[in-house]
Amino acid sequence: MSDIEQFRQETRDWLEANCPPEMRQPVRDEGDVYWGGRRAKFKNDAQKSWFEACADKGYTVPAWPKEYGGAGLDGPQSKVLRQEMGRIGARPPLSSFGIWMLGPALLKFGTEEQKVHYLNEIAQGKIRWCQGYSEPGSGSDLVSMQTFGEDKGDHWVVNGQKIWTSYADEADWIFCLVRTDKTNKYQGITFMLFDMESKGVSTKPILLISGNSPFCETFFDDVEVPKEQHVGEINRGWDVAKYLLGHEREMISGAGGGDRTSAIGATMLRHAGELDPMLRADLAKFDVEALAYGAMGEKFLDEMKAGKGHPAQPNMMKYVGTELNKRRHELMMAAGGSRSLEWDSEETGGGKPSRGWLRTKANSIEGGTSEVMLNVVAKRILDLPGA
Amino acid sequence: MALFYDDDQSMLADSASQFMAEEGSIKKQLRHWRDRDCKDGFGHELWKQFGEMGFTGILVSEEDGGLGMGNVEAGIVLEEIGRNLTPSPFLTSSILAATALGQGNNDLRGRYLPGLISGEHVFAVAIDEGAKHRPERIKTKAEKSGNGFKLNGQKDFVIHGVSADMMIVAARTSGSDDDNDGITLFAVPKDVSGLSQDAVRLVDSSMATHAKFDNVELDGDAVIGEVDGGREVLNKMLNAGRVGAAAESVGVSAGSMDMTVDYLKQRKQFGKLIGEFQALQHRAAHLYSEVEIARAAVIKAQQLLDAGAESAELMVSVAKAKAGTTSNLSVREGVQMHGGIGMTDEYDIGLYMKRDRALAEFLGDANYHTERVAQLSGY
Ligand SMILES: Cc1cc2nc3c(=O)[nH]c(=O)nc-3n(C[C@H](O)[C@H](O)[C@H](O)COP(=O)(O)OP(=O)(O)OC[C@H]3O[C@@H](n4cnc5c(N)ncnc54)[C@H](O)[C@@H]3O)c2cc1C
Repeated sequence: MSDIEQFRQETRDWLEANCPPEMRQPVRDEGDVYWGGRRAKFKNDAQKSWFEACADKGYTVPAWPKEYGGAGLDGPQSKVLRQEMGRIGARPPLSSFGIWMLGPALLKFGTEEQKVHYLNEIAQGKIRWCQGYSEPGSGSDLVSMQTFGEDKGDHWVVNGQKIWTSYADEADWIFCLVRTDKTNKYQGITFMLFDMESKGVSTKPILLISGNSPFCETFFDDVEVPKEQHVGEINRGWDVAKYLLGHEREMISGAGGGDRTSAIGATMLRHAGELDPMLRADLAKFDVEALAYGAMGEKFLDEMKAGKGHPAQPNMMKYVGTELNKRRHELMMAAGGSRSLEWDSEETGGGKPSRGWLRTKANSIEGGTSEVMLNVVAKRILDLPGA
Repeated sequence: MALFYDDDQSMLADSASQFMAEEGSIKKQLRHWRDRDCKDGFGHELWKQFGEMGFTGILVSEEDGGLGMGNVEAGIVLEEIGRNLTPSPFLTSSILAATALGQGNNDLRGRYLPGLISGEHVFAVAIDEGAKHRPERIKTKAEKSGNGFKLNGQKDFVIHGVSADMMIVAARTSGSDDDNDGITLFAVPKDVSGLSQDAVRLVDSSMATHAKFDNVELDGDAVIGEVDGGREVLNKMLNAGRVGAAAESVGVSAGSMDMTVDYLKQRKQFGKLIGEFQALQHRAAHLYSEVEIARAAVIKAQQLLDAGAESAELMVSVAKAKAGTTSNLSVREGVQMHGGIGMTDEYDIGLYMKRDRALAEFLGDANYHTERVAQLSGY
């Protein structure tokens, strides 16, 4: 048996022994997702034991080095683990902005001390992070942001406002873009990390069209941030910010779902009882796109791991993946008919179809809009002029 | 298995790309033969060069003198063929016929494979009956007669039919028109009496025929595989041919896109390069995304097919449908973004549009394969 097949067998055995049956069911709602953090509570014993087994084995962040809480898996091994988890429908043991966004940025730009400290905390689900990028006047044009950190020797005093900060009211720490030089647009931003319990930090939830309020306005009023709590060089935070966005876009693109992508038409048929011919045709067209995109996700990850592929490719993935996800929910609403309009009925699990459908509309906005993704592809991949 | 080319495959891609750009270019091949009203629609010299390069026998086993490679490698050659619009009998001979013959007995393989590998001989396949691909229904009949068979019926869209030294015909030996069983594949040599072909030039300058079989007498040794058990061979042949056509479509998409993106960087209007207009940038970026995804779907299907995976058939249809819609988008955007010059015969972009149209129909269009995706997924 080759090494990789041996690893596959071991992984299968390990999953069999450690992944409880409840954790092999599809995620039904937000409560099924474990985010970790100081205030985290497990929904049930299965969730707890699955999380703990993974954290122990380094499988909350399988590709990270062991000294930072990972399992040190290489590209092919990570793929095998992904495939084997996909095969049994295992839920992610831990979801977090730390894993998807801050972690990769720290691995590239962090000091050894920062890596050992923050990455282990993330891997163990101890600290929940939120992202302080957008401001009321700075969305797509993020680099125009104004939140300012005044230099006070051994610390900064930060003042300003962020907006659309997902889970700011539940997060423990924030990674935050702060202007530290008003005279230099691109080289005047510092990438800071600080505790949301710091004096002067406050949040105000914003209600989404889905009726949930997972994001906030975040205010900084003379917040003191110690000087050592920045990543990368002072005033060079834009490099860190952009690198992190690549990973955020990869995550939102849903690229990892490749092996698990299956045709939705069959599911819709089960739900709806029968499909009218036009809807069936729409579903089939969608399934062609989704299965093709599944292959793209797999190719994208293989290429990334092997250091091939264009560095701006996550932007393409995010554009296509989010547009597809919106289309998927449009079709699900159409297949569900009037039943899927119900906003809080028990049968719909409290309006899951309609709330989920509305939530997906944010996919092509958050983390950079579809239009911005196309701008980046045009400029960086196709090398078009003046883009 | 990683979903990108390994070192050997990358080397093959380099040599195929160089060969096709030099020897198979639009100027040297497509335009050359088209402008001479060539009755084959391709050059035999180039086909022999394919043989010297080893491309012809890419899917033929090593025991039979081929390279013994798989659909991934065949697809590498096809993508370059697509990119350069290189006219050749590669798809019908080295993919379809080679796959079918691979299922034939020693005698058949010995009779036909050497001529395929050397590029001396050309092969065609006769599957379609009517203007749309619908191999589920086969009416052409082969009745037992003495030690052999008597063939009667009509086939359409027989690409390279006039040039072919042998034509593989799917015929019914038992059951009714729509039955899955009862199909037999025959290797029909070119000069058999009772075979008449009406040659037609297609929009992309390739040649096809409407073939009539009027009491064509065939020996028993013309049978490929089992009598009445031809569906399995036919399906193998179709899978390889469809994913091959999809790979060629990806090449067409990429060639047309590259030409168009180059044009956006050259043409000026309103005092600017037209590539500075965001309306065009977004369409180009969208097209790029589609081409990338189509290529991924094709490679995935090829890998599954080479691995003998059960899900291969579904992915082949995904690949053919996706590659088809993508190359259609690529050529439409290509002509539009070139403006008036895109409508001229002198400019190459229109040639991509023509090739796309012919490839789209070959072995099932996007609608046909989308329907198959629904069926294979159980709805
Ligand atoms: C659910 C959700 C969660 C979010 N979570 C976070 C978070 O945790 N942290 C955080 O910092 N931010 C977060 N965001 C903010 C998100 O990153 C921004 O909304 C996004 O970058 C767009 O900025 P904007 O909303 O200001 O829109 P604008 O930039 O004002 O865009 C408005 C429209 O103009 C278009 N547009 C803008 N510029 C161009 C251009 N150059 N070319 C073509 N079209 C253009 C856009 O595509 C869009 O259609 C979240 C957003 C959502 C919806």
